[in-house]
Amino acid sequence: MSFLFRLAARSAWNRRFTLGLMLLAIALSSAMLLGIERVRHEVRDGFSQSVSGTDLVVGARTSPVQLMLYAIFRIGGATNNMGWDSAQKLAKNPAVKWTIPLSLGDSHRGFPVLATNGNYFEHFHYGDGQALSLSEGRPFGSVFETVIGAEVAQRLHYKLGDRIVLSHGMGSLHMTDHADKPFTVVGILARTGTPVDRTVHIGLDAMEAIHLDWEGGAPMPGLSIAPELVKKFDLTPKTVTAVLVGLKNRAAVFGVQRDIADDNSEPLMAVLPGVALDELWQVVGVGENALLVVSGMVVIVGLAGLVSAILASLGERRRELAVLRSVGARPGDIFLLLALEGLAVMLAGVILGVVLLTLALFALGPFLSAQFGVTLHPALPASGELQLLLWTIIAGFVASLLPGLRAYRLSLADGLTPRI
Amino acid sequence: MSNAAIALRDISFTWPGQKTPTLALDQFDVQAHEQVFVSGPSGSGKSTLLALIGGIASPQSGSVAILGQALDGLPASKRDRFRVDHIGFIFQQFNLIPYLSILDNVLLPCQFSAYRRERALAQGQDLHAAAHSLLRSLDLAPNLWTRAVTQLSIGQQQRVAAARALIGRPEIVVADEPTSALDSDRQQAFLDLIQHECEQAGASLVFVSHDQRLAERFHRRIALNDINRCAGVEESA
Repeated sequence: MSFLFRLAARSAWNRRFTLGLMLLAIALSSAMLLGIERVRHEVRDGFSQSVSGTDLVVGARTSPVQLMLYAIFRIGGATNNMGWDSAQKLAKNPAVKWTIPLSLGDSHRGFPVLATNGNYFEHFHYGDGQALSLSEGRPFGSVFETVIGAEVAQRLHYKLGDRIVLSHGMGSLHMTDHADKPFTVVGILARTGTPVDRTVHIGLDAMEAIHLDWEGGAPMPGLSIAPELVKKFDLTPKTVTAVLVGLKNRAAVFGVQRDIADDNSEPLMAVLPGVALDELWQVVGVGENALLVVSGMVVIVGLAGLVSAILASLGERRRELAVLRSVGARPGDIFLLLALEGLAVMLAGVILGVVLLTLALFALGPFLSAQFGVTLHPALPASGELQLLLWTIIAGFVASLLPGLRAYRLSLADGLTPRI
Repeated sequence: MSNAAIALRDISFTWPGQKTPTLALDQFDVQAHEQVFVSGPSGSGKSTLLALIGGIASPQSGSVAILGQALDGLPASKRDRFRVDHIGFIFQQFNLIPYLSILDNVLLPCQFSAYRRERALAQGQDLHAAAHSLLRSLDLAPNLWTRAVTQLSIGQQQRVAAARALIGRPEIVVADEPTSALDSDRQQAFLDLIQHECEQAGASLVFVSHDQRLAERFHRRIALNDINRCAGVEESA
């Protein structure tokens, strides 16, 4: 048996160039499989961790998924806003610990602008309950100040003290700018890996101020209010897009949810972020599975390559196998010799794949994080990934039985004189 | 009968997928220590005869006895074991495993057969010594032993193959056209060596060749065309 191992090793070494190429193909495809699996997990985690510690998201009645989309992910727009008085009423509810009013609708060079108040920096949490922190500067204080997310700062090369102009609406072309009322960057948030990174934050009063001289979505002709004068106006918002709610006691969540739904003064709804996120993920998850299917196919192609390379080499090795037969190798030994080779290449390929991926993450991790906001850490395969790799190896083993079986048949048919 | 190294009786053998038998003969015997020249052009059932002697194939009817042991009753794995224990093979060419050293090639039968290993050990202090002495007596100088198989000439390769067939002193050596790739001077020299070594080892030699010039050097000559009733029919093997 140990002799067969050595024989297989020597034989493989003799064909090291071809097998090396196969090894590389297997390594690349398993690295890809594992890489996609990592990205999948990372995206999923990032998705579910985009908000935490918030018990309810409240807004005008719409679908829970849509409310999450615009309140948390800043995707799409609200069809209806909720009144400021409703938001105030909610804040005074005895079960409520804090509220974060959110007002959306404007943008800056493609990045969404979120109007909120100081509660945002205090109570908004993400990930496993991390609070927002500023990497530079301070929260906005006076009206025309803004705090920008990490990605906004990085992409647009903004630093503290820069003056930026917001645009009305969410498109990126032909927009009307709020050019008369520029904002000063006073704070830059640390990276969170959530939509916060892509957001330009301003105060609710600022949102009100830049729209003072607007009516129906356009500047009013002939009316222009200079920034210095806005403070003379009442800058209390009339509406907000949504309100994030934290409760004193989480157990009260369904009671509060019902109260909001039953409130006759304004048609509102409250959703539990966890439930809505799950619902949303079911939509996004289809793409996720497609990714896995694609990487599975890459592995299958790699395996097919390995098997065909070994099968092709069999033709040249018939003489060799017959000689082994003549010195006492049983057809079973010949089978084992070939199957061992396939399995070894498979195993080595998968291990090399893990190494390659780890090296690639070391080298490219910061780049991926900066460019795509996907943070991938070089790490040993987690249990789910190990399972995936195990299945890959099992598939490889089954595949390598094929050349073994063919060799077995050949050596039975050839006997001592291959008919080549 | 007890002295017969090889005894085939009333053989009829048909390869799977063939309609007519490839080999049909009443009797084929080789005695112990006997050196037999078997001549047969292609189509005479030569490969089939060797497959039967080697226990690779089993006849549909008739009996194959090697050293008194009936092969036809044995399961395939026992026949594989029996073959390596008692028979050394030399082929026409490409005898050697290219990725093994010359020494490892010679020692191959000892890896698959404990019997051959023990008998080789009885010849020298250790396996390497046994292989060395065989290689030396087959005119392969020590400076060749470390070379890659592919660096040897055909004649040298055939002599390494002979050493492999002879190591552990198998009772029977079967050579299938071992000289056809050699020029005529080399053929004679090779034949000298192998006949001498078989004598030394006390092995029977079955030498298959179509080259009648070599025939007179053997104790006995068998023309396969004469004894195989199916000779001339298109051979599949």
